[in-house]
Amino acid sequence: MSERSRGPASILTAVTGLGHRVNDALARLGFATRFLIVLLRWSGQSFRRFHLTIREIYYCGFQSLLIIIVSGLFIGMVLGMQGYETLQRYGSAEALGVLVALSLVRELGPVVAALLFASRAGSSITAEIGLMKATEQLTAMDMMAINPIARVVAPRFWGGVISMPLLAALFSATGVFGGYLIGVVFIGVDEGAFWSQMQASVDFRYDVWSGIVKSFIFGIAVSLIAVFEGYDAVPTAEGVSGSIKGTVVKSALAILALDFVLTSFMFREG
Amino acid sequence: MLVPFSRKDRVSDENLIEIKDLDFAYEDRPILGGISLAIPRGKVVAIMGGSGCGKTTLLRLIGGQLRPQRGDVIVDGQSVPQLDDDALYALRRRMGMLFQFGALFTDVSVFDNVAYQMREHTDLPEELIRDMVLMKLNAVGLRGAHQLMPAELSGGMARRVALARAIALDPMLIMYDEPFAGLDPISLGVIGQLIRKLNDALGATTIMVTHDIQESLLIVDYIYFMSEGKIVALGNPDEIRASAHPFVHQFVFAEADGPVPFHYPAPPLASELLGRAAA
Amino acid sequence: MSRKLLDLWVGIFVAFGLASVLFLALKVGNVSTNLSETYPLTAKFVNIGGLKVRAPVKSAGVVVGRVADIRFDPESYEAVVTLSMDSRYRFPKDTFALILTAGLLGEQYIGLDPGGDEAMLKAGEVITKTQSAVVLEKLISQFMFNKASEGQGDK
Repeated sequence: MSERSRGPASILTAVTGLGHRVNDALARLGFATRFLIVLLRWSGQSFRRFHLTIREIYYCGFQSLLIIIVSGLFIGMVLGMQGYETLQRYGSAEALGVLVALSLVRELGPVVAALLFASRAGSSITAEIGLMKATEQLTAMDMMAINPIARVVAPRFWGGVISMPLLAALFSATGVFGGYLIGVVFIGVDEGAFWSQMQASVDFRYDVWSGIVKSFIFGIAVSLIAVFEGYDAVPTAEGVSGSIKGTVVKSALAILALDFVLTSFMFREG
Repeated sequence: MLVPFSRKDRVSDENLIEIKDLDFAYEDRPILGGISLAIPRGKVVAIMGGSGCGKTTLLRLIGGQLRPQRGDVIVDGQSVPQLDDDALYALRRRMGMLFQFGALFTDVSVFDNVAYQMREHTDLPEELIRDMVLMKLNAVGLRGAHQLMPAELSGGMARRVALARAIALDPMLIMYDEPFAGLDPISLGVIGQLIRKLNDALGATTIMVTHDIQESLLIVDYIYFMSEGKIVALGNPDEIRASAHPFVHQFVFAEADGPVPFHYPAPPLASELLGRAAA
Repeated sequence: MSRKLLDLWVGIFVAFGLASVLFLALKVGNVSTNLSETYPLTAKFVNIGGLKVRAPVKSAGVVVGRVADIRFDPESYEAVVTLSMDSRYRFPKDTFALILTAGLLGEQYIGLDPGGDEAMLKAGEVITKTQSAVVLEKLISQFMFNKASEGQGDK
């Protein structure tokens, strides 16, 4: 092949590659949507036999408590320190409570909790389902006339959806406490001003509630990605590990993109 | 001549399973091409063939996990490819399947593995389930191991637990996918004897997909040989041992070359080597 | 793990989660101004400056309501501000509504100065006496104009 024809040829390959990837991504998105519909159709058992879902809330919710509380506390403390640093320059250190609470309740709480949830619980859901697939446990279940979507996938999905808002609320609450610890206890911002300014400018329906709604939507996205990646895993060791990576990466991207969209809907100034 | 039970079509009650002129392909890779066979009730039948000849696919088609492109699978008078989800699940409740590596549920104990289907499909009280599970485990000699987790079992024990699980609901049909793969000679003999005994005790029908000819010849009633998606030979164990069919001969005596070639299709070695040297 | 123990842990987890929602609602946020009953009032301003929806309405420094809606009236060329007032508080008919600023650069809010009228404002009624926002540019130009005219007077 001559040197001249290589340029256009490699561009063509690149464009073809791009097209292939886009097609692939769209096909998977469609497949995931269909998966969600099937999942919802077979969700009855998750609620009729609620102990199945309770078990999953234990594994993905309760077991994420430690990481959520510790991270929330530290993020709150850092916000307290950094916020104080900036605010005291303008002589409004009392507004520290507002800064800590609003950043946590509106953004950091739902987003960081969802990111942590994706890497802690999401990846383990994917690993579990992927391994069950790789070791033919799902096929075996199907052959026993037990629908694996109803019995394995749906309870994990709902367990994640239920756990996520609770974890985000816990994260925000411990974060505010961390901010209080640094701001009031260590730095010495006036305690009354800290809480009263916070209360005056944090609105339940506008700020707290929309944070909860956000985390609920993140919960749906992360749980769906986790169960889908697991169920769709290539049934080998490499396939499962690739799916776990996929869960973490795709969840993170989905959370951040959704956050942008949701924020622009929720906090549009009147 | 290849399909001995086909002449008994009039009395198809005798056959639990009939496969008629079945085609199956994964996307564009053909696996089965026009295969026909019949499995009589109450018998232990082995389906043999080299790796990748479509044996496992055949089991999946019988269980309704795959749908054929052409042809029909009839199990107990019902055409499996035409069943809807509910009817298919109803049929599967009467089937037990042992997977290649057991496919035990790794997050619950041996006891719960065997109890799984009983709890899912029946409303029996827990005491009754306990008695039934212990009976099933006793049948495979592992009553004492009921509290262990699957990870604590040896390969042979795991296979026996999976066997107990497969017969949990006293199925009419038990399917085995490579029941002998990766077992030591003692476990192999144990599993072989269990397959035969359980079939006769339950009055079930057994299909066994395997490539372990020596073990199979001891326990089965009938053997089908598969190659490239077709049945190439069949017979009872005595006929198979005496068979002069080149494929069967190669299989029974484990010869390296024969109808199943040692070499993957390629141009002659000399021409390829010389050809490259010349280039 | 037994089902009872599992239920216990999940119960603890859910209780923790709900407790933190409650904490966010009551201690961090201010749930009372929203959940209590409200009644609407309207006020027209020539200029609202930087007033935004959801800005507080204060009287004597206490939050007594929030700005629910801001519209432009194309006939009078005025801003029509709808306030949603806490129904615990009633104000006289001649109440004065001003647009104030919290601190030098802070948020703008509406201040209510109650008058002495016996009759109270009813839901949906209009506050007639209003004072617009102080626009900094206007203030400065006014100040400079005054200074200039003072200078001329001296001569």
